[in-house]
Amino acid sequence: MHLDHAQHGPAAVSADAARPDGTRRALRIGLGGPVGSGKTATVAALCRTLRDQLSIAVVTNDIYTREDAAFLLRHAVLPPERIQAVETGACPHTAIRDDISANLEAVEDLEDTVGPLDLILVESGGDNLTATFSKGLVDAQIFVIDVAGGDDIPRKGGPGVTTSDLLVINKTDLAPYVGSDLDRMAQDAAQQRGPLPVAFTSLTSEEGVGPVADWVRGQLAAWTA
Amino acid sequence: MSRAALLVLADGRFPAGGHAHSGGAEPAVKEGRIRNAEDLAEFCRGRLHTTGLTAAALAAAAAHGHDPLALDEAADARTPSPALRTVARKLGRQLMRAARATWPSPELAALARARPRGAHQPVVLGLTARAAGLGPEDAAHCVAYETVSGPATAVVRLLSLDPFEATAVLARLAPELDRIAEQATAAAHGTIDALPAACAPLLDITAEAHAAWPVRLFAS
Repeated sequence: MHLDHAQHGPAAVSADAARPDGTRRALRIGLGGPVGSGKTATVAALCRTLRDQLSIAVVTNDIYTREDAAFLLRHAVLPPERIQAVETGACPHTAIRDDISANLEAVEDLEDTVGPLDLILVESGGDNLTATFSKGLVDAQIFVIDVAGGDDIPRKGGPGVTTSDLLVINKTDLAPYVGSDLDRMAQDAAQQRGPLPVAFTSLTSEEGVGPVADWVRGQLAAWTA
Repeated sequence: MSRAALLVLADGRFPAGGHAHSGGAEPAVKEGRIRNAEDLAEFCRGRLHTTGLTAAALAAAAAHGHDPLALDEAADARTPSPALRTVARKLGRQLMRAARATWPSPELAALARARPRGAHQPVVLGLTARAAGLGPEDAAHCVAYETVSGPATAVVRLLSLDPFEATAVLARLAPELDRIAEQATAAAHGTIDALPAACAPLLDITAEAHAAWPVRLFAS
């Protein structure tokens, strides 16, 4: 018997909807997207908007630092015990798609230590347009791009843009300065995504994350129904 | 034994978390001890004959049927660095998840219950091999190969080393991998106390320092 062996039940083998004790686990939502598009800012704004109504925790996957976790801690969007950083060995897409074991440990540890939780946000490290989350890790995923990264990104498509459950096009306040055409981005996104939703956001104001928060509430309502 | 099951278990894409670890290569690169393929070969050879042999023997012993909890304690005793003990248990827990999904067995379930925060990775690997119908020598080969393939893959990312050269390093080590696996398998037939306890003090020291780096690519 070692001191570091907490004696609670063994971890679930797969991403079952129920925890080992039979209770429903938290809804897990992944956030991916290119470097600098505003994933961490979106997570922070979601936490501030939803933390009074929901029990939330966050898992970050940084590329080579713990910057994202540190950002969330610095801005005190959640108590430190509700934020866990996963290290990815320079391959963020591997940790969220091909080998999800470290992320699954992190979400289960959070449920064990600070649960019961309603919602766990799993933020990917900034990656390219092909990064998507495994269905074994998250129940739904948000792909965050921004208007300053080029207004042709929705047209270019790729798995994140075309298949994510919600596409967020962030930094709309910058559109006039970088010459991005929001109407064109909306049309291209609709063309690539069919009926899947798109949210335009600007996080310079506190209500800016509203459309994303509403979508999360909808997902949670379906999860707990 | 099933040769194909061995390939599944030994595959670098087996989803058990190894991709995030460099096996001590990241600090060795930073300190200038690994600069090219020759250095990588020397690093891998050193790791193979020290911690590699120790880990391979623990895995072979678990596959042979020794008590996994006693082996877990033996692994603790053979891992002086607290940072590396934490890593070994974390990877053991990740492997346990993958193993129970791929080759469910009562022995794996019992170890998961007894060590919910993770047993040492080589012990879990040996038990996984057993569940997959593999023998002690297969488990030893798996662990010996992981001992060198982890750093080789990491160095490709850390130094932008030519991946063909890195793979050639592994290929040239193959006869030594076979010998280490053979030694580990022979030891597994003896008592737990007599299992190899070779270690690499520099790897232990640099692992402790690395665990405190604020910026790093690999978890260990």
